Amino acid sequence: MLARPALWSVLTDPLVRQNPVTLQILGICSALAVTTSLATALTMSAALTAVVVMGAGVISLIRNHIPNSIRLIIQIVIIASLVIVIDQLLQAFLPEISRKLSVFVSLITTNCLVLGRSESFARLNPPIPAMIDGLGNGLGYSLVLIVIGAVRELFGAGALLGYQVLPLVDQGGWFTPLNLMLMAPSAFFLLGGLVWALRSLLPEQVEPPEHSAPAIAEDRA
Amino acid sequence: MNDLAALFLSAAFVENMPLTFFLGLCTFIALSRRPSSAVGLGVAMMAVLGVTVPLNHLIYTALLAPGAWGWAGMPGLDLSYLSLIAFIGVIAAVVQLLEMVLDRFFPAIYTAFGVFLPLLTVQCAILGGSLFMVERHYDLAQSAVFGLGAGAGFAVAVIMLGAIRARLAYADLPGGLRGLGITFVIAGMMSLGFSAFAQMVAS
Repeated sequence: MLARPALWSVLTDPLVRQNPVTLQILGICSALAVTTSLATALTMSAALTAVVVMGAGVISLIRNHIPNSIRLIIQIVIIASLVIVIDQLLQAFLPEISRKLSVFVSLITTNCLVLGRSESFARLNPPIPAMIDGLGNGLGYSLVLIVIGAVRELFGAGALLGYQVLPLVDQGGWFTPLNLMLMAPSAFFLLGGLVWALRSLLPEQVEPPEHSAPAIAEDRA
Repeated sequence: MNDLAALFLSAAFVENMPLTFFLGLCTFIALSRRPSSAVGLGVAMMAVLGVTVPLNHLIYTALLAPGAWGWAGMPGLDLSYLSLIAFIGVIAAVVQLLEMVLDRFFPAIYTAFGVFLPLLTVQCAILGGSLFMVERHYDLAQSAVFGLGAGAGFAVAVIMLGAIRARLAYADLPGGLRGLGITFVIAGMMSLGFSAFAQMVAS
């Protein structure tokens, strides 16, 4: 069992310093697709955090009984079952948002973040640190989603969570919504900018230049 | 026939998986460092998507869709909530099979694919292809064409990105933008370019 300070850093490291999206390149797919509005971003963050915490707990509990050769399939089945539960819950209680998220809730199954954490942490650690690690990574992911979702909704529609913050031109205000913000390219630009900002603040994250052929460190899905 | 060709083109360009739906971005970014691995990934994506989407269509309509068990006297049975597990199982099996076949008969291609063939199991774009197939009610021929088209679109995008990133080796970028940051910006510009295809279909 890890000591208390170690547990604390397991929780807080993934928030900014080891952020899963901007540094570990995990879970980008859904991070960009669901951020056209803050509400969908929040729902997706909550769903993913729930899946990653529970998945890490379950996988960590049975970690000593999983044969190494078929561990990927077992992990996927556990995660898929959790995702089905979440998906059904969303359809039952938040049908409007569930329709907007379309296939992306189901795609949490293949979210590299969930599998990546269970593969690299939960598989090797006892349940409590594993769940804390899951929570930390889920929150780090949520942080990025919320920032991008808020920016896109604010500048794309002049609203936050559906409330009009900036008065629109066609309602007598001064703000002309930027339609580009609601389209795919802006999500890429914003995330690129976010990575740039973060790495300017934390220079130790800067990647070495790619002049020489990079080593094969590409074992992530 | 024309409809199928149009579906192929729209799956490949208008609804490009990584650039408009953000599917499969993790491998899209991680494996586009060098053009050679990008080509391998593109070919593998086409093969796996082209096989799994029609296969999952067969399984969905035969076993999981609402009313599929009508012939056995259970017309009210709706197993569609199981489709996620079924699809991921099929994908894992197909990827495993592909890996074994390649290993046995085409060892050169197998070594070229390297580590990322098994990783295709957890590729969002592949599962996404099957899920879109269900959501849009494609028939068998349409789902095969859709799978191939989506794979081709992914291949085009990832090879282009790989080529651009290889050229970037000689660019003097600010430190914070190097690597991941600039890749996102390039992907954004490519996505801007691909959104022009949407206008082409609309007109």
